[in-house]
Amino acid sequence: MTDPVLELGELTRHFGPVRAVDGVSITVGRGEVVGLVGESGSGKSTVGRCAVRLDEPTGGTVRINGTDVTRMSRRALRPLRKDFHLVFQDPSSSLDPRMTIGQIIAEPIKLHGLAKGDAVRARVEELLGQVGLRPEHADRHPHELSGGQRQRISIARALSVDPDLLVADEPTSALDVSVQASVLNLLADLQRDRGFGCLFITHDLAAVEFLADRIAVMYLGQIVEQAPTAELFADPKHPYTQALLSAAPVPDPVTQRTRERIVLNGELPSPLDPPAGCRFHTRCPLAVDRCRTEVPELRTLDGGRQVSCHLVAEDGTAPDASSPVHAN
Amino acid sequence: MSPDPVREEPVLSVRDLSVSFRSGERTVHAVDHVSYDLKRGEVLAVVGESGCGKSVTSMAVMGLLPPTATITGSVRLGGRELAGAPDKELQKVRGNDIAMIFQEPMTSLNPVLTIGRQIGEVLRRHQGLNRKQAREKSVELLTLVGIPAPRQRIEEYPHQLSGGMRQRVMIAIAVACDPAVLIADEPTTALDVTVQAGILEVLQSLRERLGTAIVLITHDLGVVADSADRVLVMYAGRAVEQAPVDELFAAPRHPYTRGLLGAVLKPGAHAGGTKRRLPEIPGLVPSLTEQPDACTFAPRCTLADEQCTTRRPGFRAVELTAGADARHKAACWHANTMTKEVVR
Repeated sequence: MTDPVLELGELTRHFGPVRAVDGVSITVGRGEVVGLVGESGSGKSTVGRCAVRLDEPTGGTVRINGTDVTRMSRRALRPLRKDFHLVFQDPSSSLDPRMTIGQIIAEPIKLHGLAKGDAVRARVEELLGQVGLRPEHADRHPHELSGGQRQRISIARALSVDPDLLVADEPTSALDVSVQASVLNLLADLQRDRGFGCLFITHDLAAVEFLADRIAVMYLGQIVEQAPTAELFADPKHPYTQALLSAAPVPDPVTQRTRERIVLNGELPSPLDPPAGCRFHTRCPLAVDRCRTEVPELRTLDGGRQVSCHLVAEDGTAPDASSPVHAN
Repeated sequence: MSPDPVREEPVLSVRDLSVSFRSGERTVHAVDHVSYDLKRGEVLAVVGESGCGKSVTSMAVMGLLPPTATITGSVRLGGRELAGAPDKELQKVRGNDIAMIFQEPMTSLNPVLTIGRQIGEVLRRHQGLNRKQAREKSVELLTLVGIPAPRQRIEEYPHQLSGGMRQRVMIAIAVACDPAVLIADEPTTALDVTVQAGILEVLQSLRERLGTAIVLITHDLGVVADSADRVLVMYAGRAVEQAPVDELFAAPRHPYTRGLLGAVLKPGAHAGGTKRRLPEIPGLVPSLTEQPDACTFAPRCTLADEQCTTRRPGFRAVELTAGADARHKAACWHANTMTKEVVR
């Protein structure tokens, strides 16, 4: 992969004794959409916040367009901020209720000196058009818009500086089904037209399948599997990925009735004191003695997929977590 | 499941239920003539998007709406009329015959009382059990909802439990008095998918083991496909379609249901890099301050004609074609003429 827009190298973020993120490496290529999937407490949002330096990493490196920004001061970072942007889950809490939509979108444009005077308004109207809103919307306030429209405003603001990297943290999770469809379509269209790289953080497997070229799955602060989207869905290797895919109900009653759910034992362990060996072993239906003592490394298989599981063979043959008998 | 679902008397029967709220000069019609029946051991999913009235309908059934709400219509539970019943009478019914669980279990549990105390409270109040009996029954209930080490758990406080475990406790409290009907309002929305799977299994086991009838309010069509026997689709305060689950997904007869099913993401549909656009429903949900004598979906509907904008369609059984079910109803002037296949 030449010329990545984002490179996270062995990123760690510890909050006191809590190891929220523990050695995560992700690369987002120019124009590539990488999905970061995980459940609550997996550390996926912390990775996103560290990637745009809203949070300070404890260790590892963050490179944006090849520049190491890990320890850069806020002042030095400021001119670079136009290269990357973050879109949050809840548009009503990330838009200032006292500003008009026009002011909200214009703010980063003015801050980075990308346009002046009348050109600012023209640029705002152009951006509103690109996210499917009308020029009149510029004079309204956030509370006058629906949830879907507000999320379009967040996207317009993020794109106002024409970033190379967009980090989107659950951008569609608070939206209704039909609104979610239109926001996902919008993100897909804009990404294709503008060619920005995107780190798409979500718990929604169907959304990530729709948007991402490649997917990284996180569990308890670490990446357990990484693969191109189609390969991950067709042939999940890690038992956790298999469980995750099997648990999400399919919106089709006939199919859903025939599906087998992999039920995980117990609960997510505390990141204060993650389990020894493989962090997933306490809940893995396939765990053997080795998993309890030896930490599996994130291995790269032929074809470039990555997985960290002792039970996946050298040739990539993976165990089946839905029939745990043959493993022991 | 019920032996003869067609002939058996419903445990809950809602007829022409309407709810409106006065807000200054305006009146908001949150629920507009909704009717449904629920039989023993049946799971009815009520689906729709924010503001469609699915939660308000259930709050009205439970008698939990504030005095600012105007409620008309009938709610019969096991032959007893609940609509307009005095609050004192409703307090006896709630918890005993009908119970409800909500999306966020932490806000429904008292943080300073142990789990055992909170389950025991219901048992002692409604069933007159003594402290010791209540304790034994609490352990039994926690086992029923799949909580490991129940004897230890009843001594713990809500904050010591995970979100999934808290929701299981809420279910245990709700079914403590073996209610005929359980209303579950988005019970898994705040939970991770692997946790959600466990909660859905608990709900299934309740209906199988206790015969509890469940109203499952959700916006998630995956959850509907997983757990429901029958589905009621709501739009802008009105019931627009009702059908057995397989038939609703295979042959929806209302354009809104079709739009919803088209817009939902299906795993596997986009594999192989085919970035097909998702079908969208154009336009916005109408304001609920008016009750037009028209189809409220007409402004967003591709099939809308003059009739749709001038006359309100009744909620009627669809014409029986081969394989169609007599319990399939739709509120659409075109329900009997639209092509059978779904746009997917």
